[in-house]
Amino acid sequence: MGEVIVITSGKGGVGKTTTSANVGTGLAALGKKVVMIDTDIGLRNLDVVMGLENRIVYNLVDVIEGNCRIKQALIKDKRYHSLYLMPSAQTRDKTSVNPEQMIKLTTHLREQFDYIILDCPAGIEQGFQNAIAGADRAIVVTTPEVSAIRDADRIIGLLEANELKQIDLIINRLRLDMIKKGDMMSVDDVVEILSIPLLGAIPDDENVVIATNQGEPLVGSQSFAGRAFKNVTMRIVDPNVPMITFEQNTSIWGKVTGIFHKN
Amino acid sequence: MWKIFHKKSSGNVAKDRLKILLISDRVNCSPEMMELIKNEIIQVLSKYMKIDSEKMEINITKKNSKGRNAIAPSLYANIPIIDLKK
Repeated sequence: MGEVIVITSGKGGVGKTTTSANVGTGLAALGKKVVMIDTDIGLRNLDVVMGLENRIVYNLVDVIEGNCRIKQALIKDKRYHSLYLMPSAQTRDKTSVNPEQMIKLTTHLREQFDYIILDCPAGIEQGFQNAIAGADRAIVVTTPEVSAIRDADRIIGLLEANELKQIDLIINRLRLDMIKKGDMMSVDDVVEILSIPLLGAIPDDENVVIATNQGEPLVGSQSFAGRAFKNVTMRIVDPNVPMITFEQNTSIWGKVTGIFHKN
Repeated sequence: MWKIFHKKSSGNVAKDRLKILLISDRVNCSPEMMELIKNEIIQVLSKYMKIDSEKMEINITKKNSKGRNAIAPSLYANIPIIDLKK
């Protein structure tokens, strides 16, 4: 029986889709059978992040409405044979699907896959309710900013009310240089405020933008974010895997100027 | 003057703002309402004793930090008494 994981955040633009793509790809790289479902109906994005936008024939709403079989809407990934994407519909809206239908769909998919990754839309309306309906566990993505953390807190409250058995946190886009100067909340600060278990901390990395440009998730690459996402996927499979941390490698010039920046 | 030289880092400002904000978010109670509650508590207590309303603080907290909603929130008030006799 597969596990259904919803990736959510409340606020938009914090990295849900990037996280979904990298977690899905990372799990497939570990040899798991994975399907990613883009549940953001009307604003689909996971297909472009994965570089699969030209292969879409059927989508989530087609499956729900019975216009095609589940298998027909699953797009095979370019790199990993055990990874599939079910794209969302671009010309429909959130009301095309209801939570019961999502539960039915995930129940079917559980039998064939090890992990079902649901990329949740921003907000707390029906799209969110649909995405969390069939989920066993949730990964809440936030950035170390006041607005994102506030929304994450609200989302965690709603997830708890829906009795998800496990809720973990990913803090995305950390700037080690800013944390050092005291101009950004640290990982510990955010965990203290939200008080849920930390799954991983992803450094802000320009390689994420490059990877998205190319439509290839960077999980497993030697970049900071690639290594951090790889660690996250390993920790999803086995919670005993220790979390990697990044030390700021300061240049000599950085050390010299650093003296003058101490407060 | 002291404040100018000891400017709080913006990361700490953010953390402090969030802590206060989330208390009211979680219990659905705005900072304005907290202020009203505080003022009314001061009024009632002032009938019986002299309290230091400047240093008084009230907060809504959760006792254990393990589960977020494991225990119902409680109102915590710290009210320094200056004189018990009115």
